[in-house]
Amino acid sequence: MCLGVPGKVIAIEGNCATVDFWGVRRQVLLDVVDEPVAVGDYVLNHVGYAIRRIPESEVGETLALFEELLAQDDAADLMAGDVRSEIAATGTVPDADA
Amino acid sequence: MPTPDPRAASSELKFRDPVRARAMVRALGRITDAIGRSPVSLMHVCGSHEQAIAKYGLRASFPAALRVIMGPGCPVCVTDAREVDEGVALALQGVHIATYGDMLRVPGSAMSLADARAEGAQVHVIYSAGQAVELAERVKEPVVFFATGFETTAVATAAIVLKGLPDNLSILSAHKFIPPAMDVVASVPGLAVEGFLAAGHAATITGWGVFEPFAERHHLPVVVAGFEPLDILAGLVRLLELVRDGTPAVVNMYPRCVTREGNLRAQAALWEVFEPSSGRWRGISVVPDGNLALRGRFAGLDARARFTIDVTPLARHAPPALAESCLCGSIMTGISSPTDCTLFGEACTPDHPVGACMVSTEGTCRIWHQYGGQPDLGDLA
Repeated sequence: MCLGVPGKVIAIEGNCATVDFWGVRRQVLLDVVDEPVAVGDYVLNHVGYAIRRIPESEVGETLALFEELLAQDDAADLMAGDVRSEIAATGTVPDADA
Repeated sequence: MPTPDPRAASSELKFRDPVRARAMVRALGRITDAIGRSPVSLMHVCGSHEQAIAKYGLRASFPAALRVIMGPGCPVCVTDAREVDEGVALALQGVHIATYGDMLRVPGSAMSLADARAEGAQVHVIYSAGQAVELAERVKEPVVFFATGFETTAVATAAIVLKGLPDNLSILSAHKFIPPAMDVVASVPGLAVEGFLAAGHAATITGWGVFEPFAERHHLPVVVAGFEPLDILAGLVRLLELVRDGTPAVVNMYPRCVTREGNLRAQAALWEVFEPSSGRWRGISVVPDGNLALRGRFAGLDARARFTIDVTPLARHAPPALAESCLCGSIMTGISSPTDCTLFGEACTPDHPVGACMVSTEGTCRIWHQYGGQPDLGDLA
């Protein structure tokens, strides 16, 4: 739970952002994010809320750990499981199938 | 949106560099030798750090004199049995309980929420505070959000409170604030921790400045580190340097996620809704100002004010089997390792956990059971 999960903002409506997590589109809330967020930014998210806008120069380094964890495809791995829980904590996009 | 190839992305990054990793492992040995004491004990307070240390086998590369121990870094584990009892009692009284999945099997003094559910209680697993709101809107009946976790997670609880809760939803806060627990652990006789590795993402919220009074008070260095294997090695090298030099400074080795002042907006929400209160942490006894209680103006949303929580029916149940042999308490303060416990991996397993440390994915026992505490580290040897 300490890990959080980074994703890319692809749309913003009010305080709610649609965020892409490795091809999965989910909604996160922007109520407590540290800086104004724009489409194209990466944000770090925890239990459904964006908690930090990740500076562009740091996106690659931030994503790498998560990409390695998710690429392992090991259902039992604790770190990957925590990352999947963080994605499950985000909201479903109402028109995701549209 | 094109998704980058993970392998291509990660192989180019400097913290994947095995040459750099070996250099840092050598530095750990060199600095530990220079300090000249054995053991030199460093503590981290984060389940994700322990996961990474165990998963990537880092302990196998540490010098023999260096002890890196996990302190009270598992929020589920430090939730006190009495707090679990409150949730269980409410559930048995017929209230819907919404809580994070890891809490389900954490033992109370007699039962877990999973036990209550087996007896017919309505216990719902959620992944976010927002899902507690959705649940309350759906079921119409009284719902209590049994809210656990450190300050990072408490921010989300604060955010739903500030937005306004449905009338049938209230909060049973078992949220915890890490810095006061570090004060307690730093004072445990015989533990002799010489430096702390602080968790990157919790510090994303609080900022690294929160550790400065601690460092000054205890004359101990604190290094904020990320979760990559090389982030952790780099953090430990810096921490050992500070120990060697006798410098009780706070150093931020995770600038890509952590600033000195932290996330001020999240802090404002957190402290608008919660206030520090003294309370019990499992295994650590009372931590002054270590709990996060709803402020008086939100008393109407406080499950402890809204309901009469009667834990006496729990006295009819026997305590959980083997609980008296469980070393969870001393494992969480770093006094014992999972392998010191006679139950570990035998009577206590992830499928049949005895203590909270084997339940949570952030618990030391669960992590060691999954990855081993000191596996081989072939390519760094």
